[in-house]
Amino acid sequence: MKATEELILPLVEKIPAFSQSVSRVLTMTSDMNCSPRELVEVVSLDPVLTLKILKLVNSAYFGLAQKVTSIHHALVYLGLNTLKNITLSLAMIGALPRKNKAGFDADALWLHSLGTGVTARLLAKGRLKLGDEAEDYFVAGLLHDVGKLIFARYMPEQFKEALLAAGEGEVSLCEAEKRAIGADHAEVGAMLAAKWQLSDELAAALGRHHVPEQGEPLPMLDAIFAANQAVKVLNCGLSGDSIPRELPEGVATRLGVNLEGLVDSMPNLAEELDKARILITI
Amino acid sequence: MRITFWGTRGSIPSPGPDTVRYGGNTSCIGVETSEERLIILDAGSGIRALGLAIAPRMPLACSIFLSHTHWDHIQGLPFFVPLFVPGNEVDIYGTFDPILMKDIKEVLSVQMEYYYFPVRSAELKAKVAYKTLREGQNVDVDGARVTAILMNHTVLSFGYKVECGGKSLFYTGDHEDYVNIYAPGEPHYQEYEVLITQKRELLASFMRGVDVLVADAQYTAEEYSAKTGWGHSSPDRYVDMAVEAGVKSIYFTHHEPTRDDAAVDRFLADILAEHGDRGVTIAMAAEGLSFDL
Repeated sequence: MKATEELILPLVEKIPAFSQSVSRVLTMTSDMNCSPRELVEVVSLDPVLTLKILKLVNSAYFGLAQKVTSIHHALVYLGLNTLKNITLSLAMIGALPRKNKAGFDADALWLHSLGTGVTARLLAKGRLKLGDEAEDYFVAGLLHDVGKLIFARYMPEQFKEALLAAGEGEVSLCEAEKRAIGADHAEVGAMLAAKWQLSDELAAALGRHHVPEQGEPLPMLDAIFAANQAVKVLNCGLSGDSIPRELPEGVATRLGVNLEGLVDSMPNLAEELDKARILITI
Repeated sequence: MRITFWGTRGSIPSPGPDTVRYGGNTSCIGVETSEERLIILDAGSGIRALGLAIAPRMPLACSIFLSHTHWDHIQGLPFFVPLFVPGNEVDIYGTFDPILMKDIKEVLSVQMEYYYFPVRSAELKAKVAYKTLREGQNVDVDGARVTAILMNHTVLSFGYKVECGGKSLFYTGDHEDYVNIYAPGEPHYQEYEVLITQKRELLASFMRGVDVLVADAQYTAEEYSAKTGWGHSSPDRYVDMAVEAGVKSIYFTHHEPTRDDAAVDRFLADILAEHGDRGVTIAMAAEGLSFDL
């Protein structure tokens, strides 16, 4: 493990910080009395987020007659509530790199990740009867495969090899990653979550998202695992590892649903995803 | 141009013995500029009675301009009789939803889905055309020109100017005046103030010289201080703007649902005491009030 950390940690360090802003944006935007000053402050500290917001509000979707040139301008022009909602969407989507040399389709992974996030949030609200915490489940779903993006970006050759090996069906992608790289994407995701100072629960859910039956039961882990499988059944996006697994008995019992039941209960996934999809292209 | 108020209430219908004079129905204004096609601004519950009133003219054509899609501006649409009768032509205009990425057709069809309403929008018998508008876009409605401008509300919301035969009306839809989020002397205060001034000037130039301004003044100045950020205004700023822009008369609308007739009278008396000598005619919009320009 020591050797793995020595190998992987420098890569994790290369990923830009989760712009701190994201968790603050999440907290702020769950508050009906969100302070406009605080929102502006957080966004302004993050040039990438600022740029994405301006790009979106100046796009044809908004159809504005004037060019919006700053976050203050966007706030005056669009109002707090609209800006708050745009910021929430873009902060989540924009946190990670998309380009790589491994021939890995990062947009397809995003779609898979978005689907997992949306489904995990549905599970949190429905099956687990959670309130605001459901947003954390969305984040966990969105980030569960982030380790793959790190591999694709910083170790493209080895990751390509792992994808090919897993594609032949002999070994799982995790196993192939371990052979080619020395660590799997789940472990790396957990390291990144720790670096970004996300919650311990989230880091654990990322780290164990292929082995939910190992260790203490964790509701977020149950939700991410189940969501990940359901999204694979529905062929939403691509994760490089397309065969869904049935839910282990413990997971199915705790969630009160098996994989088939879960898939049947989410007829609106395609619609939910269509909404989210446009954000990927900004 | 004949203007008729069919709904003047904000937020939620408020029928009852105490609201009969100003009315309990939510936002809807009829603007007749030609015999061929009626212009309707917003489709709150007031549009139901409007639909019945024009039913004898069927087959008919009308163009509905929605300021935004909060309930009180669209809830009358499923009860607008002309939509259900073959041979009628209804064009519906509105904003795009940039958060869920839906156009006006998708947003409105949700209101008529199975669990909300027994008839789906696909089953409407009239020839219905949904048109998503861009800010600044002009629409020609049988010789009248309707132009959209983005206002300040909790969702993208348009104000509409209707011009025809040298007469004009500007309807704000829901609108809150711009507030500086910094205090004087703080960093960014000046920068923010400049942006606000630009936006107010844009609005003032858009409404320059209109005959009638119909404006959302849901709150008194006192109420507003507790409801800043809710997307509605108090009257004072409109009067300043109207005077500056040479507007001839103002009708305040979107009455707060808890405000009964006597309270609306008192509100108007207070406004007139403050602004009665500013050279602009000020009145409260009342359901059923109709006048020619």
